[in-house]
This record gives sequence, structure tokens and C-alpha cells, in this order.
Amino acid sequence: MVLMKMKFPAEKRVRLAQGLWLLSWTATMAGALTFCLGCLLKTELRRRAEVMDNTEIHCVPHTLMVVGIASLGINYFAGRICQDALDPGRFPRWKGFLNPYFKVSLFFTSLMLLAVIMSYAMKGSLEASLKIGLKNGIRFYKDTDTPGRCFQKQTIDRLQMEFQCCGNTDFRDWFEVQWISNRYLDFSTKEVKDRIKSNVDGRYLVDSVPFSCCNPSSPRPCIQDQLTNNSAHYNYEHQTEELNIFVHGCRETLVKYYMGLMNTIGAVVLSVFLVQGSVLVSLRYLQTSMEAVAGQENAEIETEGYLLEKSVKETVMEYLDPVLKIIMPNQVASSDEGAEAGNPAS
Amino acid sequence: MAVLRVKFTKTKRDKLAQVLWILNWVSVVTGLVLFSLGLFLKVEINKRWELMAERDIHYIPNMLISVGLIACAINFLGGKICYDCVDTTKFLRWKLLLLPYIVCTFFFTFCILVGALMCYSMRGELEGALTEGLREAMRLYKDTDTPGRCFLKRTLDTLQMEFQCCGNAGFRDWFQIQWISNRYLDVAKKEVVDRLRSNVEGRYLLDGVPFSCCNTFSPRPCIQHQITNNSAHFNYEYQTEELNLWMKGCRQALLEYYTYIMQSIGLTVLIIWLFELSVLTGVRYLQTSLENLMRLGDPESESEGWLLENSFVETARSNFNIIKSLGKCNQIDTVQNGDPNIDVPSTAHYGPANVPTKHISQAC
Repeated sequence: MVLMKMKFPAEKRVRLAQGLWLLSWTATMAGALTFCLGCLLKTELRRRAEVMDNTEIHCVPHTLMVVGIASLGINYFAGRICQDALDPGRFPRWKGFLNPYFKVSLFFTSLMLLAVIMSYAMKGSLEASLKIGLKNGIRFYKDTDTPGRCFQKQTIDRLQMEFQCCGNTDFRDWFEVQWISNRYLDFSTKEVKDRIKSNVDGRYLVDSVPFSCCNPSSPRPCIQDQLTNNSAHYNYEHQTEELNIFVHGCRETLVKYYMGLMNTIGAVVLSVFLVQGSVLVSLRYLQTSMEAVAGQENAEIETEGYLLEKSVKETVMEYLDPVLKIIMPNQVASSDEGAEAGNPAS
Repeated sequence: MAVLRVKFTKTKRDKLAQVLWILNWVSVVTGLVLFSLGLFLKVEINKRWELMAERDIHYIPNMLISVGLIACAINFLGGKICYDCVDTTKFLRWKLLLLPYIVCTFFFTFCILVGALMCYSMRGELEGALTEGLREAMRLYKDTDTPGRCFLKRTLDTLQMEFQCCGNAGFRDWFQIQWISNRYLDVAKKEVVDRLRSNVEGRYLLDGVPFSCCNTFSPRPCIQHQITNNSAHFNYEYQTEELNLWMKGCRQALLEYYTYIMQSIGLTVLIIWLFELSVLTGVRYLQTSLENLMRLGDPESESEGWLLENSFVETARSNFNIIKSLGKCNQIDTVQNGDPNIDVPSTAHYGPANVPTKHISQAC
């Protein structure tokens, strides 16, 4: 039972080969585009690598880059094969090459689809990585004198200003962390001593945020200190005030930014996947229809082309049998013993 | 004595025409480049229109845009002419147009040069526009409730954060204006009333700056208020503190930015000017060699091309005389004192059938 049989008269074969040549060039450029998109995504992820805890999400751009390069190779060979396909003298030399070629091509094309699925599936991993990274960034904000952490303040300030966000989940994260270094605290004043005594860890906690949380669109000069104290500022109510500082948390903003980028890239990669798939399908039809012509006297006869010689289930079983034999040799032996035991009985 | 005379064989002429055809198309592209540079400069200046006072600085991008468009048109025509010049019959079509075309293009290249030099001279005007514009913007910083000025605060804040600058000449400019609106001042408090009374105009002046002046590279949290009061902050000395706020003034930062853009544009325009001049020289040689070819009669022969037929001085003198005689064409001839009744002997040359009477009597 052949899968998706189609009749191919000589003229249709010629047109198929020509169409396939054009399609393979389109797919080559699409493959180059995929590679560039992978590079773009990797660059964007690396730019904010300081606020990410792990690099698990980097597997998405890596996959895209690998697929891009592989599709360049796949489409190059597709172009060469379709050029030789119509020439009965040159086509036979591709005979041994074609089956492994299809297997490899199918693998890389499915990898494209996998990359798109991964970009959605790894949202949770990205969010967790950002949560830890931002928490550390806020914790080490004050350590501008510690080697290895001295740029955290700068990183977090620029991040908050560029993405218009404040804190991890929201601005209240700054209330739970000492973000003013002890070097700039006057321990002789009563106020400082009170604050440090007020909590178990002896940290200087304030209901203030750094200047980078200030919203330039606010009509009034920025209120950074004593945010929760309405009486400290004239005509101010912190419960209803929305324009003073940025209300969104940086984690949410960054996740939205990256998911938006990956959605766009995913849409483009899906269309590249369709183009690549059609290249492979056309090439398979061309191969099977030209193979039927081989050895015939009249090269102009109508032939049949198909995708798979047997049905899907049979083809899958054909490939899985040797694998199963390796995994489960006991079953085969026990069925033999059972047969032998059964025989003397009968 | 011709200026820079060169001999041209037929093949050399044809090659010159072909090369000039290609170069003219390249010049069309450079004309487009000029146009887009002018457009870019116009967009950049318009982006910060709120921070620039009304000054005549738009003439430079406008000039670049118009020069770019004219260059495209001239070089397009030049390309067509050079394409036709390979064939001597087609050249005759353009024969009368070529010299005026070359003269026009020569004067046009002066416009390109002027455009390039203007780019370098714009700095003074721009500085004046920025000083006034920034002063005005800082004055209106607090008026976020006045229609037409409500976005000035955001513009100025984003400018200071983006260009890493503070104030007009420096951060002390903020000490001289009231940048906190009266809506947010509690006039019941003694401190506020004292400050308002401390100056003639009743403005709330303080030694504080907006948050956008804060330097992100500072190791300590930003000190925005009581900047000049060392005792207000622990371990702080404002005279030596350089990393707390942005030290550069926004006028200088913007000026540097625009000067960089205009110097790059000016350099590009100078290179384009040199290129146009070389194309024009080629066209002039082509024109003179083809005209000399026409005089010789044989289309396959060698001809000479030059830049000027006579030396510079002679050409200048003859052109000056032409201009003088153009001016004289309306004047009456004053030799006979303007009296039309006096007979002026004719100076016509007689042909064979029109001999004077003296000769006929001798023959008889």
C-alpha cells in the first residue's frame, strides 16, 4: 500500500524539477535567514546575561543556528540532484546517496519544528532564571567595591531605565534588601542605628527605591524616599500614585520582551519549515518517479511517484524491528523455547 | 594654446563615453546619497525641535536635499548624453546642448562645495539655538499642567539620561530656576516659605537637581538634594565628587553629537564633489574631442580634446567681451552722432556678377 501515489507524465516531471530548483534556492535563503535569526536571539540573550542565572534558554538559538547551517547543505544537494534528475546518464550516481540524505534532512527539518516548540516550552525556565538573576542583582546592588560584583549597580540601573521597570516582581523588592552600602551610612546618627536594630539581620532597610526606578513621564519631580509615607510629601497618596515610579517588575517585562522576540522568530521559522518540507516532498516525488524511468527504453513514459513504498505503519515497523531485536533479545529466545516446549507436547 | 590637450583615438573615445556613462549612473546614486544625508540631518534636527530656539538652521539640510535631487537629474541627463556619444550620429542630437550642460554642471558643482562648507560652518548657529532652547526648556520643566508644555519634563529627562548630561552648561543651572511646581509645594511649611522669600521673584530655588542628572556609574546611591551641603550626607565632598551627577552640560553634549554628524556629512559631500568634478572633466574632454572630430569630417580618425581652447586668461577675456557686447546690443551706434541721414559707405564684398562700374568700362 503505497503512500500518496501520484502520476507523473514526462512534462510534469520536467516542471517538477524546475520548480524544485527554484524552491531549493528559496529554501537556501530561508536557511540563511534562520541562521541569522538564531544569531540575533543569542546576541539579545547575551546582552542581559548578567541578570540571568543559567544559560538553558540558549539551546533555542543554538538549535536555530545548527538548523540554518544544515539547511544550507540540504538545499545545496537538493539543487544539484534536481539538476541531474532529468539526465538519465547522471541521475544513477545519486542512487546510494538519496536514502541517507532523506533521513538526515528529515531529522534536521524536524529539529526546526522542535526549536519553535522549545521557545514556547522554555518560558518557565527563562522566568525562573530571571527570577534568581534579578534577585542576586538587587542583593549585590550595593557591593560596588567587591570585585566581580562592582558592575551590578550599573547593570541594574541601566536595565531599569531601559525597560522601564523596577525591582524583581515590583518595586517593593527594594524595601526588603539593603541597597545602600554601609560605607555611606553614618552609624553615629540615631536614625541609622534604629533602622539597623529594627530587623534580625541588622540590615539598613528603607521604603525607598534607587533613582533608576523614577518614571520620566511623571508630572511631578520623582519621589524616591519614604514611598509608603503619605505625610512625608505634599499632595501625595502612594496607594493611587501610578506615574511616580515604574510599576512593572523587571522579570515580567524581560519575559514579555523575550517571548515577543521568540514569537516573531517562531513564526518566521515555521514558514521556513514549510518551505523546507515542500522541498523534501518534491525531491522525494522526483526521485521515485525518475527511478521508475531508469532502465526503460522510452524516457518519455508516464511514471508513478510516491512518498513511501509501504504504508506508514509498515515503514516504521521495518525500521524499529532491528532496534527492538537489540533491546529485547530475551523475548525472541523465550518465544522459541515456548514453541519447542509446545511441540513435543503436541 | 589649449589647456591640457589630450589626443583621442576612436577606441579611446568610445571607451571614454562608456566609462562616463557608468560613472554618471554612479553619480546618480551619490546624488541619492546626498539627498538621504540631507533628509537624515533634517530628521535629527526636527527630533529635538523642542530644545532648539527659532534659528535659521534648516537651510543646510534643505540645501543638501535640493542639491541631491538636482545632482540626480543632472547626472541622469549626463548618462543619457554619454550613452549616445558612442555613436556620432546620435551625438549630433546633443551637440548644441552639450556646452550649456557642461557650464551648468560646473556652476552646480560650486553649489555642492558650498553645501559641504556650510556643514562645517553651522556650528555657531546651532550653539546659539541650543543655548536658548535649553534655557527655555529648563524654565518650563515644571509646567507639566500647561497645554503645549506638558511633555517638556519628559523630553528633558530622557535627553539628560540618553546623552548623559545635566543642565545647560552644567548642573548648577538647575539651582537658578524653580523646577518644582508650586502644586507640589506645601506653602504651610516654614522651610518652603523661607525659600520663597529668600529671592526677589519669589521662586522656590534649591541646590537640588532632577533624578535624570544622576550618574549611573556612581558607586553610591545618587545624591540629588542639598548637593552643595557636605554635612547633609555622610562621607561626601561635593567639590571633589565627580561621579555622582553627570558633569557635562547638555548644550555641549548635543553640540558634540550634531558636530560629529555634520562633519561626517561634510566629508562625504566633499568626496562627492571631487567625484562630480572628475566626471565633469571627462564629459568636457568627450565634448571637445567629438566637436573636433566633426570639424575633421572623418568619424574614424583621431581627434584632440582639451579643457579650454585658449589659455585661461584669453578665455576669460573673450567671455568678458561677450558679456560686455550682450550689454551693448540695445545701444545706438554713436559714430555718426546718431544722425540717420548721413550716408555711410557700404562695406559689402562684391561677387563676380556684382562688380563696381570701374571694371566694366575698362573691359570695353
